[in-house]
Amino acid sequence: MSIFTLVWNYLKARPLNTAINILLLSLGIAVITILLLFNKQLEQKITENARGIDLVVGAKGSPLQLILCNIFHVDFPTGNIKLNEAERFAKHRLVKRAIPLALGDSYQSYRIVGTSQQYAELYKAELQEGNWWKNTLDVTIGANVATIAQLKIGDKFASAHGLAEGGHTHNEHQYHVVGVMKRTNTVLDNLILTNVESVWEMHEEHDSEEAHEDHAELRDSSFIPSPLVPSIAKGDSVKEITSMLIQYRSPMGAIQLPRLVNSQSSLQAASPAFETARLFSIMGVGVDILMAFAYVLIFISGLSIFIALYNSLKERRYDLAIMRSMGASRTKLFVSILLEGGILTLLGSVIGLLMGHGVLVLLSALVEETQKAGIDGFVFYPEEWIILVGSLLLGLLCAVIPAIQAYRTDISKVLAGN
Amino acid sequence: MISIHDLSFQYSAGNSIRFPDFTVTKGEHCLLLGESGSGKTTLLHLLGGLLRNYAGSVKVDNTELAQLSETSLDRFRGQHIGFVFQRNHLVSALSVEKNLMLAPYLAGLKINTERITEVLSGLGLAEKRKSSVTQLSHGQAQRVAIARAVLNKPSIIFADEPTSALDDKNCDRVIHMLMDVAAQNQSTLLVATHDQRLKDKISKQVKLSSS
Repeated sequence: MSIFTLVWNYLKARPLNTAINILLLSLGIAVITILLLFNKQLEQKITENARGIDLVVGAKGSPLQLILCNIFHVDFPTGNIKLNEAERFAKHRLVKRAIPLALGDSYQSYRIVGTSQQYAELYKAELQEGNWWKNTLDVTIGANVATIAQLKIGDKFASAHGLAEGGHTHNEHQYHVVGVMKRTNTVLDNLILTNVESVWEMHEEHDSEEAHEDHAELRDSSFIPSPLVPSIAKGDSVKEITSMLIQYRSPMGAIQLPRLVNSQSSLQAASPAFETARLFSIMGVGVDILMAFAYVLIFISGLSIFIALYNSLKERRYDLAIMRSMGASRTKLFVSILLEGGILTLLGSVIGLLMGHGVLVLLSALVEETQKAGIDGFVFYPEEWIILVGSLLLGLLCAVIPAIQAYRTDISKVLAGN
Repeated sequence: MISIHDLSFQYSAGNSIRFPDFTVTKGEHCLLLGESGSGKTTLLHLLGGLLRNYAGSVKVDNTELAQLSETSLDRFRGQHIGFVFQRNHLVSALSVEKNLMLAPYLAGLKINTERITEVLSGLGLAEKRKSSVTQLSHGQAQRVAIARAVLNKPSIIFADEPTSALDDKNCDRVIHMLMDVAAQNQSTLLVATHDQRLKDKISKQVKLSSS
């Protein structure tokens, strides 16, 4: 027998009441947990994916779309830009690194990205097995592509136009898997990397034949390689890429380059930091509404716990008086009621936290999109302690008035039967 | 064991009540007789430390109750006094055994399961040990209440109208049971009642006159 056994037995004696109180609170806590985990991980992913990229230069259009398409690979390109125009900025003194991206095709909704080795270096990617792409039509694939789309070294596949599955298939050329990257927990896991030339070759059928001839003619003695795609001569006026990722040499770049790009050319520059902040403020509204809903649930559960304790105390007045007659002090009764509120909310919040994590674990196991986004239910954040402590305080708060009543019970009056 | 001297108590309403002086020695059984409203329950609550702020002197086990702080009074009550009330109120959320465990736990004593076995079988309740108290008959509940009162081997047992709701046969049974367990534990037994049937059971009697 202990104060805990006593309180636990009281809770067990009213199973429905106890269950509904715990359920109400745990639902509220679960929603908060899911939002917390989702938001945190998403934010983390976004920062990780945008790390090292100070500016994206692409065709004019929505700057947010430019970022979504070229950094997170979830949207369609805004259009193409001329390679020679991009080169002008690639050589700028304020640019430390410029990485070309050529998008357009996908395999089983995994995007094929024509780029340079620097792109993989940006995410500190390492090889799990095989090699980096070298020749045209060689690809190195991300970890998710290997596991979910089940591609392996030596496999050949035809790409589909666009991002969706079942688009027009380029059956004429087949990509060849030469390597698999280690998991980086970035967008790289969902990409198929190849060189820019592969993407061009894939689409040359659609292009004019002259472009093909240009390609061969320009390899003469005065050949100066393009800073973006070395196999092409600098200043090529025909070739196009989707965008260019830029890393500044100094903070001055942030002041000068975007203005320079936006004012002097048909190109557009978008800052990942600024656009993702904007994206978060748009998403924030929905998150806020859900959060408010969760707080309402928690408030109602608090109220319900208060009412349950308050009512049960009326029935329990005689119990309390008897316990006093058996030697229980006022403080002991006070503490027992507080403990009852505390146990209820602690159980509710622990179950809520488990439910929250459980939902995300289930989601990432069952829904491929969550898996691709890299949302993990087994990640725990220090904020969950705040949830736990907060709900414990809530329980104590709800129990404090009933506990004071228990403290004040006039034993003699209750026992005398008035 | 119990001695009261020049005792009076002021009700909140303003009217006060005076009690006659009397003494009960250790192991003695005593009947506190009086009509309803004569202050029997008040006196019992004063003796048990459930009511404080009296005038005069109440000594239980050679301790002047007014000198104890509230917490030490709670402890004193738990360790030295057993109560049997007219309504045999048991904590319905707990089993028979846990109801009994409550007595030493709340009194701050060690829980002795052998003692529980001993008391339960002494009152013929051995097989009810794990039962829920809601499943007990009235008679069984009363026996559990008595078991609870004697479990800590209190030096005094106070019984407030233990028999007034019972028929003759059960009245007889309960008063004998109380006297028996009190004798077994060498406890002083003080029964407050207006039940005339008890008059010839216990010889020592204190009469309270209704005022």
